[in-house]
Amino acid sequence: MSAPSPWLGVDAIAAAIASRELDALAVVEVALARIAVLQPRLHAFVHLDAALARTAAARVDAGARDGALAGVPLGLKDLFVTADMPTTAGSRMLAGWQPPYHGSHARRLDDAGAVRLGKLSLDEFAMGSSNENVPGEPVRNPWALDRVAGGSSGGAAAAVAAGMLPAAIGSDTGGSIRQPASLCGVVGLKPSWGRVTRAGMIAFASSLDQAGPIARSVRDVARVLGVLAGADPLDSTCATRPVPDYVAACDQVPAGLRVGVHRDALALPGLDADVRAAFEAALLRLRDAGATLVDIALPHATAAVPTYYVLCTAEAASNLARYDGIRYGVRVAADTLAATLEASRSAGFGAEVRRRILLGNFVLRKDSYEHYYGRAQRVRRRIADDYRDAFARCDVIASPTAPQPAFELGARVADPLAMYLGDVFTVGANLAGLPAISVPCGFTGGAPRLPIGLQLVGPRFREDLVLAAAALHERTGEWHRERPPLAEVGA
Amino acid sequence: MSALEPVIGLEVHCQLETHSKLFSACPLEIGAAPNTRTDPYTWGLPGTLPVLNREAVRKAIALALATHCEIHGESQFARKHYFYPDLPKGYQITQSDRPYATGGWVDVPGAAPLRVRLQRIHLEEDAGKNLHAGRSSGVDYNRAGAPLLEIVSEPDLRSAEQAAAYLRELRGLVRALGLSAANMEEGTLRCDANVSLRPRGHDVLGVRCEIKNVNSFRFLARAIEAEIARQQDLLQQGRTIERCTLGFDGERDRLFVMRSKEDAADYRYLPDPDLPPLSISAAMIEAVRATLPELPADRRARWAAAGVAADDAQLLSAERELADYFDATLAAATARRAELPARRVAAWIVTELLGKLAAEGLPLSRCPITPAALAELVVLVDDGTVSGRTGKDLFARLWQGEASAADIAAREGLQQVSDTSAIDRTIAEVLAAHPQQLAALRAGKDALRGFFVGQIMKATRGQANPKLVAERLAAAIAAGEPT
Repeated sequence: MSAPSPWLGVDAIAAAIASRELDALAVVEVALARIAVLQPRLHAFVHLDAALARTAAARVDAGARDGALAGVPLGLKDLFVTADMPTTAGSRMLAGWQPPYHGSHARRLDDAGAVRLGKLSLDEFAMGSSNENVPGEPVRNPWALDRVAGGSSGGAAAAVAAGMLPAAIGSDTGGSIRQPASLCGVVGLKPSWGRVTRAGMIAFASSLDQAGPIARSVRDVARVLGVLAGADPLDSTCATRPVPDYVAACDQVPAGLRVGVHRDALALPGLDADVRAAFEAALLRLRDAGATLVDIALPHATAAVPTYYVLCTAEAASNLARYDGIRYGVRVAADTLAATLEASRSAGFGAEVRRRILLGNFVLRKDSYEHYYGRAQRVRRRIADDYRDAFARCDVIASPTAPQPAFELGARVADPLAMYLGDVFTVGANLAGLPAISVPCGFTGGAPRLPIGLQLVGPRFREDLVLAAAALHERTGEWHRERPPLAEVGA
Repeated sequence: MSALEPVIGLEVHCQLETHSKLFSACPLEIGAAPNTRTDPYTWGLPGTLPVLNREAVRKAIALALATHCEIHGESQFARKHYFYPDLPKGYQITQSDRPYATGGWVDVPGAAPLRVRLQRIHLEEDAGKNLHAGRSSGVDYNRAGAPLLEIVSEPDLRSAEQAAAYLRELRGLVRALGLSAANMEEGTLRCDANVSLRPRGHDVLGVRCEIKNVNSFRFLARAIEAEIARQQDLLQQGRTIERCTLGFDGERDRLFVMRSKEDAADYRYLPDPDLPPLSISAAMIEAVRATLPELPADRRARWAAAGVAADDAQLLSAERELADYFDATLAAATARRAELPARRVAAWIVTELLGKLAAEGLPLSRCPITPAALAELVVLVDDGTVSGRTGKDLFARLWQGEASAADIAAREGLQQVSDTSAIDRTIAEVLAAHPQQLAALRAGKDALRGFFVGQIMKATRGQANPKLVAERLAAAIAAGEPT
């Protein structure tokens, strides 16, 4: 057996393991070797456990090889709780925290025979769009090392794009799977709210958070989603509806698929010309492949970003109230209880997290609650209604994933507002709880050559439709097969 | 200023006895070693989520039904934020603007019956408990996450006694329903009191102060009285009442200010996105209704109809075990003797049994006399088989562990003599033995009748039926009278 390619996908590896063409140990060694070369440049991982991975691979080789992810090397964004690896949420607050329990996501992957290699970098507590809000080194974009990988699941997207892993699990609160997938040229799916459990995923904004897969093809994403999705007794907001065969759904494109286009959004001042051109070209290819393009309206779309930031900061302030340095995490002892609390939280949280906690607590104050939180809740319902109305006329809604390709590291650090506006296309699906995918659809024209993503949003719990439309688009081009120019860094 | 009227409302917290905590499968146990009844959710570990305990919901429905509340088909859990080490998540999951039950009332029996309206009842999770040892402090999270019902009354109470009577009635109700031990010393029943004063006859409420966490009935009454006095003093001095939160130091018998209005907390309530709305269907409500035991008020009504004195009925209905004991005794006694008045059974329990339990300092659960054994004894006395005095002796024997009063009486010949000829014989002997007294009696010294009764009872070792003795004695005296 010759060493397998690091570019083998989830589907290919699982099939080869099942048929005994490949051993899990051989596959994991390839991944470990590539990670060893690339990690110092990309900083995608925050924790790597080669021994644990080899043990898991050996177990697959010795036992049942028919798990849906048997022998597939995987990484989890370090927002997912693991009993066998430290879990930090990318925060100094949880530095070195070893959870005493295994989260549902890790458990499901383990049960499917996946080989977990480590934990992937993220913006602290999933707050950020550049993977720069980190205690250590920011993640680099494999397509241009001076560019951001996007965020907050930047480590996951970069690792998959660079061929360190065939797939990874990210989380998406306002675009945190789709935007880095778009910036790194891979496929990322945010499922409907409630499709995948949240038990074992450290909360940022509970009503918006969803876990989802990042991989290099639509089919691979579908396969991992099938493992993650489904009822969980530990999460009472997780849907109990049956999980369809998502892999099969990739080949079941409805005849006369209607693709909705929100034309107004294309008038956005900050929309990059290359992004716009790539998006328009993608629409034409979808039409040529048999889809019908339909203009739709999302009248409250312009309110999505402010609405999102009111709600997500409020929930974040609440969810992060537990980090008081008393039971776990950083504790900076001071004279009084209140002083200990303040010192611990100041030392543990980074600037962006502190900013959002402050905003969120302001929003929830008795005298501002109705004006901010109450109003945002009402607008959120209008936005959801807009989507519902639009889906009466189309099956999926297409847009660019991010208004710009990967930007330079540090470019937006001092301007949080510009960073927030980058979420303009993605937050709607979170506010409305809808499934949304980002797939590669082209590249920028100049240098460096940077990937561009197409977003497809579907009705609630219609991941099957989203995957079918994305697979249809994928069959019209070869962007998902392009590899980043990592030769100069020795790979 | 004597025309001021106290206006009092209570917020009562009752910890439900469930197998697991309100939002996790973690077992619940009072009195376990610190931090041995915890799980990742209880510790507030990152990534954990609340999952509602349906057993707690059923218990919550039971109390709402028993207090005539409106139960809402959909209610909402909310997060109430504050930082304290005993609160693992930095917020408590409670119900804020959408509780599961509103309205309703509790009828408090007594010389002046009182209806206390309820504003609301809601479900929430408990916090842990701070433990202090010398200069170091710890937190026991065993209690954290335990299910609580908070029962908020309208300000319908007008005195400390009424407040205590209401709380007692509520406690009896919760115990009768089997929801909780509802023990103030253990902390499974806790009470906050809101107290204000207003001119009698006015319906506008005055500024209220809240007394927090009073942990006994005695302290509740004393704390409310102290607060009424404090507010009266202030108003009489022409000063105003500042809204505040007070604690009560039972040992020093003193109130102290915990928080003034200025540092009133803003709890930054947020509907909990981790929990779907709590939906309670009509079918669930009916299923709980079908399992409700007879409630204290219904029991009292039934007993009153059977002729039990109101005071006894109130006392007997205060505790579910006692009410069950009385009902079991009553059933066993009337099975033996249908015409037995229920008030006789009640009187035996209230005076003899409760008296003995109190004297021995025992709870009813450790009472050595079964309802069936007591019923047998009550019937023996009531049908005249044994005398009342013998009955009391037999009660003492039962208490010592003997099983059957009828057996003892038969074995030891303690039955009351109701044989007229035997009694007549004794009467003749006694009269013959005391001719002077007999002559005096016949001459009109009627007080000597008691002397003869005593002599006759003595001669029969107390076993003669006193009623029969009185009758036959009168006949004998009359018969010997010179005509």
